[in-house]
Amino acid sequence: MTLSKSLPTGDNETTGIIGRRLPRETARRHVRGAGRFVDDMSLPRMLHAAFLRSPVARGTISSIDLEPARQLPGVVGIFIHSDLAKICAPMDMPQSPGFRFPDEPQHVLAGDRVFWQGQAIAIVVAQSRAVAEDAVEAIGLHIDQHHAIANPEEAIAAGAELVHPDIATNIAMTLQLGPQEPSGRSNPMASIQFTFARHSAIPLETRGVIASYEGGTGGLTIWQSHQMPHQQRDIISRLLGIPEHKVRIVCPDVGGAFGVKLQSYPDELAAIAVSKVLEQPVKYVADRFESFTSDTHARDHRMSANIVVNPGGWVEAFEADNLVALGAYAGYPRGSAGEGVQSVNMIGLPYGIERLKARLRLIYQNKVPVGAIRGVGQPVATTITELLIDKAARAIGEDPVTFRQRNYHAEDSYPLTSAGGLPVERLSSRECLAKLCSLMDYDRLRAEQTTLRTQNKYRGIGVATFAEITAPGPQYYGPLGIRVTSQDGATIRFESSGTFTCVVAATDQGQGTEAGLAQIAAHVLGVSSSDVAIVAGDTAVTHYGGGAWASRGIAICGEATRQAASKLRDSILRHAAMLLQTSPDELTIAAGAVCETTGKQRLSLKELAHHAHFRHDIFPPGYAFELTASAQFTPSMAYFMANGVQGSHVEVDIETGIVTLLGHWVVEDCGTVINPMLVDEQIRGGVLHGIGAALYEDCAYDDNGQMLAATFADYMLPMASEMPDIHVGHVETKTGGSTLGAKGAGEAGAVGAPAAVLCAINDALSVFGTEIDAQPATPAVVMRALLRARCRTRST
Amino acid sequence: MKPAPFDYIRASSMDHALATLSTLREDVTVLAGGQSLLPTMNLRLSRPGCILDISGLASLRSISESSHSIHIGALARHIDVLESAVIHAHVPLLRQAMPNVAHAAVRNRGTFGGSIANADPAAEIPACCVALGATVILKNAEGERHVPAEEYFVGLYESVRQPDELLVGVDIPKRPGQRTAFHELALRRGDFAVVGVAAMFSTALRIVIFGCEPFPKLSPVGTHATSLADEESRTRIIEQAVVAMDPLANLHGDADMKREWARVLLRRCLADIAG
Repeated sequence: MTLSKSLPTGDNETTGIIGRRLPRETARRHVRGAGRFVDDMSLPRMLHAAFLRSPVARGTISSIDLEPARQLPGVVGIFIHSDLAKICAPMDMPQSPGFRFPDEPQHVLAGDRVFWQGQAIAIVVAQSRAVAEDAVEAIGLHIDQHHAIANPEEAIAAGAELVHPDIATNIAMTLQLGPQEPSGRSNPMASIQFTFARHSAIPLETRGVIASYEGGTGGLTIWQSHQMPHQQRDIISRLLGIPEHKVRIVCPDVGGAFGVKLQSYPDELAAIAVSKVLEQPVKYVADRFESFTSDTHARDHRMSANIVVNPGGWVEAFEADNLVALGAYAGYPRGSAGEGVQSVNMIGLPYGIERLKARLRLIYQNKVPVGAIRGVGQPVATTITELLIDKAARAIGEDPVTFRQRNYHAEDSYPLTSAGGLPVERLSSRECLAKLCSLMDYDRLRAEQTTLRTQNKYRGIGVATFAEITAPGPQYYGPLGIRVTSQDGATIRFESSGTFTCVVAATDQGQGTEAGLAQIAAHVLGVSSSDVAIVAGDTAVTHYGGGAWASRGIAICGEATRQAASKLRDSILRHAAMLLQTSPDELTIAAGAVCETTGKQRLSLKELAHHAHFRHDIFPPGYAFELTASAQFTPSMAYFMANGVQGSHVEVDIETGIVTLLGHWVVEDCGTVINPMLVDEQIRGGVLHGIGAALYEDCAYDDNGQMLAATFADYMLPMASEMPDIHVGHVETKTGGSTLGAKGAGEAGAVGAPAAVLCAINDALSVFGTEIDAQPATPAVVMRALLRARCRTRST
Repeated sequence: MKPAPFDYIRASSMDHALATLSTLREDVTVLAGGQSLLPTMNLRLSRPGCILDISGLASLRSISESSHSIHIGALARHIDVLESAVIHAHVPLLRQAMPNVAHAAVRNRGTFGGSIANADPAAEIPACCVALGATVILKNAEGERHVPAEEYFVGLYESVRQPDELLVGVDIPKRPGQRTAFHELALRRGDFAVVGVAAMFSTALRIVIFGCEPFPKLSPVGTHATSLADEESRTRIIEQAVVAMDPLANLHGDADMKREWARVLLRRCLADIAG
């Protein structure tokens, strides 16, 4: 392991723990069932909220009778739009270039019109959730149901009914990339049309909030299952008109988030508003049915695309036309453009192409808003690219690995700007692919595939190259006026026993960010990571920071933590030098003790801490004790681009269409690996999300916007018994954007896995001259592909 | 996701249970393992006024053997059936089907009788009971009656059980030398079948295609042992069975797709039986 050597002087080269496989303490706590999530918490006088939600996707509320519900014992209050509109301002979106927002912004409770099935209409607070649910049922609601705009093609047809009549179109945004005039030079070698179903992220812990407004101080404390406490404080302060410094957001243990918990949701805001009205704590925890019909969804794309390859087998261009159905509103406060924009501007990114021409249309429809879920559009761009790359390779009769190796960007072309206009620092695609082929024993699998076909067993091998935007810098949201920071900070305190407390702006939703940060601090400070306690997720104590989104925790807050630890280390060595009558340059810290550079131990940190805290009498008068150090870090690059290659091995039952996963391999490059255990598990979790998208998950709706898959009986999550072993390898290309050199790893698995699995299925089907046209690739989708081939055979 | 308010009665004896059923009739719903009932109550899809919990009636949990049949008590858990030596020896179809019934956690609590009483069209056990020619035993305060499984199921979640009757068990005839097969198509292991086939062959071939029609019924394909051996007659049997289907479309496939899947599963079952 050569990692620590590249870190700056002052870090310990021989005992450094960056790069080590270290188990994390928080995992032990969770395994023992000692986690503390929002729903585990209870406050005195706390009330429980439940929502009356729209049973239809589009309609006008003609009457609502709350009286029978108010009569139920235990019901404390029922609030509708007109009650809360005075308390909580609407979720007014910042302007976004080219994006049409409805004139009437979304309110936390629906006014006279409803826009999706599941939209909150009334909030009941009661002594228990059960009573609140009884009351919800007792509300007399009459809605005139209108035909819902649920079909994207229908939504853009001439004369279509409108989700938001005030903007006179269902098209929220149109984006054109690349040369719009026909190039007229070369014909596409392959084209595809592919549909990506809606799915969600399904965190184990559903969304939840406890809001406690104190009338006496005018202060509001909120415990929320969320990724971004500071963003939430800003929003809640502004919408409820409570000064920012009087709002405190605490994120306790969070059981998965994946982007579902990076927005502000109307129902959570309504519960918070009611706490302000009643001056009483209010708890709202979404049940799973509510989650399915109110959590952010993702994908819902219909893409036509083609690939242009010259006679020498070099890919010249991609062209794509994508229709993305967003739902009734843009996600708040970030908008929903990213799911569309990244689905087209990342097409072909790993390859040395000349042109990318694309059209993107984002449309409104009467469904739950689409937001930013793990990968945000990038899994779609990757899938389209890799399906086309495979198809082109097949067309010229070349092995898909060979075809890729030739077409990646030339090694001497970095840094570069992609055909889609994105800056790319460096991708290690070739190295990753070579390592992947050896890890999965590619040549043996190919030989076995040929043999097994003679026994009517149809196996497929898929290889997918991906790139991933991680740790975005200030250009991402800043120019749009969206109040989401790209900065993080860390403060480290030298405690009186010689241990450390590190307060960080990053947040942890189970992925182990806190453990990684402790490992970085411990590495720099020359101690064991168990000597560093992490405090996070509380706006009252942490730096203003971006929290968790776009795989930024270790990349950005890790660098801030490294800088803070480095400053504190300098202070500690200065104190030690004073006591030891030497120069700080002659000293270092290793294994919890101040040592000479020769390695000879001089003073344990425990002794030093005792002196630094309790023996000020022996230091010179006026000596400045710096026992705390802080640092903040904002990347100056647009983002740190991670990359990798994934491989999938599948068997397709050509009689039933069932796909069995036999193995999955990932070689990824997230720069400096802090703790391979954490990265491997992040990758595996992402792969599972990607496999779910590729094979199982579908937020299916009927033509009138009724969700058909709102329970775990109908919404198929990938389960342990279907999952293959997932093998992970690493290539480490440090980013030059920080001293630490780490890029993000949180989304890589989800970005590349669908492409690998879907390419593998097509590879298995290739002997029949057919291919799938949709994800999830359910048995019915695979069977349709096979039946098309059979029809063709019959007709010839 | 909290159930609507309901009353709860725990049956202290069979007489108590039957008396409660005869008094409350439609107002009471029987709770056994709770693996289907409780989730639907939490979703408020079912809202019984009163729950009669029979899980304390220990006598209903037994699996026993007599000279001509096997008796499975209504409260035998799926795991009991899966692990029973008697079932292994005499009812191979249940041994083949049982691993497809949900996951271990559900099999540990769900009951054999509960699955039949619930009459879910996609459940494995009702289909197996029809294929096996089992008899469903229903009891009320007056006495008991025996209903052939193929007459027991009459609609989507509907059976001939009367509101005052308790399903107490099932008798399955012993058929030495029987050959059985079970295949289903489910998106994930343990899911309800999109299409499934349970087949048993002794003196005649009994086939049940389930999962895609309102209730399990016998396919009209009666035949004799000799005709299963050659592929041509197997194909004839399969087409007879498929023609008789009237599958419902759902998220997982349309009617034609389900016929195609049934054809494949039938082919596999008959190949298994033909050996």
